[in-house]
Amino acid sequence: MNALIEIFLASILPFNIALASILGMCPLIAISTNVSNAKGMGLAVILVTTLTAMINWPIYQFLVETGTETLDLLVFIITIAATVQFLEIVIQRFIPALYNTFGIYLPLITVNCIVLAVSLFFVNYEYGFWETTVFAFGSSIGWAIAITLLAAVREKMSVVSDLPRGLKGKAIAFVILGILALAFIGFAGLASLQPVMQ
Amino acid sequence: MKKFLLRLNYTKWFNVLRDGIARNNPIVVTVLGICSSLAVANMVENALAMGLGVTFVTMLSSAFISLIRNFIPPQVRMVTYMVIISSFTIIFEMFLKAYAPEIAERLGAYVGLIITNCIVMGRAEAFAVKNPVHYSTIDAFASGLGYTFVLLMMSVIREAFSQGTILNIQVMPSDFVNWIIFAIAPGGFFVIALFIWGIRVWLKYYEE
Repeated sequence: MNALIEIFLASILPFNIALASILGMCPLIAISTNVSNAKGMGLAVILVTTLTAMINWPIYQFLVETGTETLDLLVFIITIAATVQFLEIVIQRFIPALYNTFGIYLPLITVNCIVLAVSLFFVNYEYGFWETTVFAFGSSIGWAIAITLLAAVREKMSVVSDLPRGLKGKAIAFVILGILALAFIGFAGLASLQPVMQ
Repeated sequence: MKKFLLRLNYTKWFNVLRDGIARNNPIVVTVLGICSSLAVANMVENALAMGLGVTFVTMLSSAFISLIRNFIPPQVRMVTYMVIISSFTIIFEMFLKAYAPEIAERLGAYVGLIITNCIVMGRAEAFAVKNPVHYSTIDAFASGLGYTFVLLMMSVIREAFSQGTILNIQVMPSDFVNWIIFAIAPGGFFVIALFIWGIRVWLKYYEE
């Protein structure tokens, strides 16, 4: 239980998937121009990442048993694409209110690096099922926090700041991300992604 | 010679090539494909391997997709691209593991993330589905080259400041104190921001 809590904390703060591992950058830059869009995208990522990691873990165990783990990339990406498609249909049909909040972001998530990255990392770290779930949940929450913080700063900045022309838009977003990443280094040593098991 | 250069400006393949490297440079102008690249661009060796991989995967998958573009039903085209791209990525991963195990170890999961690199998908969706095979290959090659170029420049700066070396050859004075910040995430963000700023001023490409 302690190990699970430690993995959860580690994946949100010191090993934040956006600010420490630099993943999921394309949507992070593209959708962070205002806070409400950023929140919708963050929610969609949390849902899809956690779900696909939970589906991919048993599938990977099956691949290892049959000795075909070199094909893991291909299988993971098909699972992710299928899950996203399925989720889109189900949410549109049964929970239209939720679909209006983040439905349009769902197709974009197939090519979001962090969904695949979480599945590849649990292979690297040799996690069990519950550790994988907690790690996926924590990582996606960390990503949602990062995109919301970035969007909040950018939204304010677009109103009040007077930047050089070349720095406007994408370039200043990277400067903000750099400063956020510096701040998150302050959490280093708080928790580890591979806690010592008793 | 002058006449030849003038004529070159009006050929399609030359325009496609130039657009990919400069005017539509994937990293600096359209800001795509930074996902898996910032993290590995802290050493020149890694950046070379990553650039090579992305160029290889983009070229082959663009060529292949453009070859079968008339047989892909539009409803399932994304999944089809995914399967093609991941097959080529697996080929590259196995190649790297066999011939450069040290670099493969350092890049780790980032090699697999070439699949979700927006450049590959972007070139397939924006160019390869509408154009014949040879133009698609040139276009993908140009994008890959533009990507590799920016990655190399960034990794030269970052390796020189964080370790004092370039390709393991000492370039800084021996009493230089390493700036560790350039090897980790914040350094990457600041260097790419400066890069985008510089090249946008140079190309006079601004967003309002």
